[in-house]
Amino acid sequence: MRYEATLSTAARQRESALPDDLWVQCPYCKQNSYKQTLGDLKVCPHCHYGFRLTAHERQALLTDDFTEWDAEVETHDPLHFPGYTDKIAALQLATEQKESVLTGVAAIGGSKTALAIMDAHFLMGSLGSATGEKITRLFERATQYQLPVVLFAASGGARMQEGIHSLMQMAKVSQAVAQHSAAGLLYVVVLTDPTMGGVTASFAMQGDITLAEPHSLIGFAGKRVIEQTINQKLPNGFQRTESVMQSGFIDQIVPRSDLPSRLASLLRLHMGGQS
Amino acid sequence: MTAYDVVQAARQDKAYTTRELINGVVTDFQELHGDRQFGDDSAIIGGIGWLDELAVTVIATDKGHDLTTRMATHFGSPEPWGYRKAQRLMQQAAKFNRPIVTLINTPGAYPGKEAEAHGQGAAIADLLLLASQLPVPILSILIGEGGSGGALALAFGDQVWMTDQSMYAVLSPEGFASILWKDSKQAANAAEGMQLTPECFLAAGVADKIIPDTGAKFAADLRQQIKPTLLALRQLDSAALVAQRAARFRKF
Repeated sequence: MRYEATLSTAARQRESALPDDLWVQCPYCKQNSYKQTLGDLKVCPHCHYGFRLTAHERQALLTDDFTEWDAEVETHDPLHFPGYTDKIAALQLATEQKESVLTGVAAIGGSKTALAIMDAHFLMGSLGSATGEKITRLFERATQYQLPVVLFAASGGARMQEGIHSLMQMAKVSQAVAQHSAAGLLYVVVLTDPTMGGVTASFAMQGDITLAEPHSLIGFAGKRVIEQTINQKLPNGFQRTESVMQSGFIDQIVPRSDLPSRLASLLRLHMGGQS
Repeated sequence: MTAYDVVQAARQDKAYTTRELINGVVTDFQELHGDRQFGDDSAIIGGIGWLDELAVTVIATDKGHDLTTRMATHFGSPEPWGYRKAQRLMQQAAKFNRPIVTLINTPGAYPGKEAEAHGQGAAIADLLLLASQLPVPILSILIGEGGSGGALALAFGDQVWMTDQSMYAVLSPEGFASILWKDSKQAANAAEGMQLTPECFLAAGVADKIIPDTGAKFAADLRQQIKPTLLALRQLDSAALVAQRAARFRKF
């Protein structure tokens, strides 16, 4: 006999009144957790994978103080791509953000820094022209004000709906990063789940120091594309933080709970010559 | 001609191999191999040669011209050590104050297991950082497919030219259709929406010039057009050159 059929009407009503999202499954270790045990940090208690945060959630967890920059910058839909402006408008409403990145000036552990946080909830954090513009302006302003930059990468890669204009952002941001670097200023990247494609092939891999959250997906080409190309199944740990660190592209794996203090230490260590 | 016709024309075999093209543009081409870290990628051909009295660095992607070379180059898809060879040759060009010509015909960076382990993304990212600050002229010419970040890595030029049989795209129209509409058979529609033809790019300022691919005569035509452009770019001092290149890409 099926489970539902054994329930009384009252029990059935009580059950249907329960919210559906009390339990969550970790996309990395596949274990289920009672949602409340994840806490504000939204970390899997079994494997320490960090669930995807919105830019505002992360900013609240990380900073003592934050002033947003360029909040009004939004895409001009350069290709007049069918349905794109509607999609953006709906996302703007749902996320209360104009684009896939939040930028501004922040204090982390008492150190002042320019800060960018990408948000996978906004078209998978893809690199649109407005995303690129906000990040470029962040580096330009950081260079002008002699500030370090801390950037949280979270992106599926290029923004398809903006075609070549998305690709051009990789070049545009890169030259702003290069100028910031030439001014002797620190750039710390934190790779989070996921960091892929054109973002990996530009500013996510251009930091002086590269940190990453545990088990994040980090790579250039998509796993499926690679599997189809080489006709081979790839292992579970492929393109995850731990294997990317083994390959030599990450300085430290930092659990989410340690990020504020670790960033504060790194920022302080780079203030010596400037005082 | 529809946008998808343009894509197919860009993918067709050329009337010349990449080496024939290079040897038609410069004389006494001396090829330089290897990235000094891991290996030599035959999908990137690099070296130096004469453009009349001017020594130039040439960096080109190569799709191969028979089964063996096509397999070896993964049909023109560079590995990270190919991009690092390009990086090494660009640094050398800067040291010896040589202008750089890049010739691009690639479906994109190779999506492979080793490529990922050796930092395909990081290799491209490094090349973009370097090219953005390089104190010598860079002239980038798309002569076939210009696929995504793998093409952009060599297309951070003071000027970007396209032949009338080339394309440039954030992703192949097939990949684009499969991501957006879960149907790669809609590639022709995707190509239309992506606005990936040379004319579109000229209008958008992504390309500065369209040159006809005249087949067997193309190398000679190209040589004639490259020289005055490089000479003009060499008139700028390096700070002005870098600033102008930055402004060219800042506008997007």
